[in-house]
Amino acid sequence: MHVTQGTFSYLPALSEDEIKAQIQYGIDQSWAVAIEFTDDIHPRNVYWEMWGFPDFDAKDAAAGLFEVNRCREAYPSHYIRVTLYNPKLTKQTTGLQFIVNRPTNEPGFTLNRTEVNDRVIHYTLHPYASEKPHGERYQEGAYPDYHGN
Amino acid sequence: MEVAIAMAGTVEKERPRWLAGVIPYKTMGYWRPDYEPEDTDVLAAFRLTPQDMVDPEEAGAAVAGESSTATWTVVWTDRLTAHENYQGKCYKVVPVPNTNPPQYMAYIAYKLDLFEEGSVPNLTSSIIGNVFGFKALKALRLEDMRIPTQYVKTFQGPPHGIINEREMLNKYGRPLLGATIKPKLGLSPRNYGRVVYEALRGGLDFTKDDENINSQPFNRWRERSLYCIEAVRRSEEMTGEIKGHYINVTAATMEEMYRRAEFAKEIGSNIVMIDLTIGFTAMGSMSKWARENTLLLHLHRAGHATYTRQKTHGVNFRVLSTWCRLIGVDHIHAGTVVGKLEGDPKAIRGYYDRLREDFNPVDPERGFYFDQDWCHMPGIMPVASGGIHAGQMHQLLHYLGEDVVLQFGGGTIGHPMGVSAGAEANRLAVEAMIQARNEGRDYMKEGPDILKKAAKHSAALASALDVWGDITFDFQSTDTLDTVETPTASR
Repeated sequence: MHVTQGTFSYLPALSEDEIKAQIQYGIDQSWAVAIEFTDDIHPRNVYWEMWGFPDFDAKDAAAGLFEVNRCREAYPSHYIRVTLYNPKLTKQTTGLQFIVNRPTNEPGFTLNRTEVNDRVIHYTLHPYASEKPHGERYQEGAYPDYHGN
Repeated sequence: MEVAIAMAGTVEKERPRWLAGVIPYKTMGYWRPDYEPEDTDVLAAFRLTPQDMVDPEEAGAAVAGESSTATWTVVWTDRLTAHENYQGKCYKVVPVPNTNPPQYMAYIAYKLDLFEEGSVPNLTSSIIGNVFGFKALKALRLEDMRIPTQYVKTFQGPPHGIINEREMLNKYGRPLLGATIKPKLGLSPRNYGRVVYEALRGGLDFTKDDENINSQPFNRWRERSLYCIEAVRRSEEMTGEIKGHYINVTAATMEEMYRRAEFAKEIGSNIVMIDLTIGFTAMGSMSKWARENTLLLHLHRAGHATYTRQKTHGVNFRVLSTWCRLIGVDHIHAGTVVGKLEGDPKAIRGYYDRLREDFNPVDPERGFYFDQDWCHMPGIMPVASGGIHAGQMHQLLHYLGEDVVLQFGGGTIGHPMGVSAGAEANRLAVEAMIQARNEGRDYMKEGPDILKKAAKHSAALASALDVWGDITFDFQSTDTLDTVETPTASR
């Protein structure tokens, strides 16, 4: 399946120029540029692994894209996202966030149901990939082609 | 109650202030052009349409009086109080140009002392509880209020606010998408859940009970809640996103509302909704409950247009927005500009900013009569709902901004390829438009081309543009701002 987390998940995968343009949008507003990766795609997993520190002084979108590609080299079959963070007073939150890398095969989730009283069901959303330990969850060494499609 | 406003010519200049009988409000201390409003005062701007022959300053003084301490005749008991402290003070009356019959803006200041902490029922009973039926006025409209910071701080405000909502959903940088389940009435609980599932699974973030869906014979609340949560969880399974359905807990008593809300919480909903018709006190209780139980609180402004839409009489929606932010709620329907319901574009922008921004400066262009400081109280996510569709996405983004829930009920469920396709079309349209905006394109001008390009990858979007491309609701607004001669075009 295709996990549709992040802002542009319904569009075709962003090209490098498109990724740079979005990073530039964040830089123009003095947002920090941060990159994170994970192999636990449960929607309530808030804390992905940090790829370095957020860059609070980012001036150059090309540098941001460079780091994205470095992270892809290191974790080719993990989910990777760019987070553009707004540190200003009354905000202090993410301004924009989008996925820039995903495993070739996304097995997705199953919904586990535990029936309790009065027809109430307790639900658990279970990602299939989580059945394997971290690092063994997705096929190694493959990620979608971002340049052709 | 009969109110006799004395004509200016019959005032006896030497008449003792405390002699029993009727004297003009102006001479009772309610007309105070010398008064400098204090930072701690609550301020109100009223649009008066006095009856013929009624002096506008006397009318302003009467409104000030009857929304504070006065009654229609001198009372000696006033002297048991430091009455000047408790009197509302009309400090300015300004004619509104180009009005016939003539209208005036009256500015009134009330000391903070007049109001109960943290109580919108008290605030509203005080300001609008008495004055609107006055015979001396043909019409009266509360245009704006300024709540001083000292008073703002006594209110809870929105249970969670825009930022907490986005962080809970993990969705940033784009409008959120929703849909009210249609038809408005008649669907059984199980069928209802099917529509919820299809809409969420296709790409919307939220679905919504309609305001008149509470617990009717064709669809009881408990049954409906169970099917809706099943639909929500299933859509999360299929997308990996966090989704929600606003379960309407509006009921005839507070006790019943608590019961329905507790059940929504028990079965795992992240949001409940209420209708404005429950009243400010019930809204206050639900607000407190929503914060204590970590559920979002959506407010449908049911019934507001009975008193918010006529230019000369009622309460402007921007004031209702202020009251709802104080109580508060996390979502409120606030207008669409290009959809099926009434609203001037600049005025609506004003409502949105009153709900969202931390500080609203005086701005006649947006209908702000006073500076309003929200002291970091969270903002309410405005909701745009009513007759909007994917083909208007560039206009919606332009007029309403990014922190908004765009609700496409008919615009999802009426899609020729089905509900899920309708949802997909809307989601694709909003993401494509946001991408274009961030890239610096003139998306308002190029909007139709941006949508067409995105539609190349999606039969669902192509079909939506085909069916609804030309639909827009172009009626002159009945409620325009004073600064414009003609209503702002909504294209």
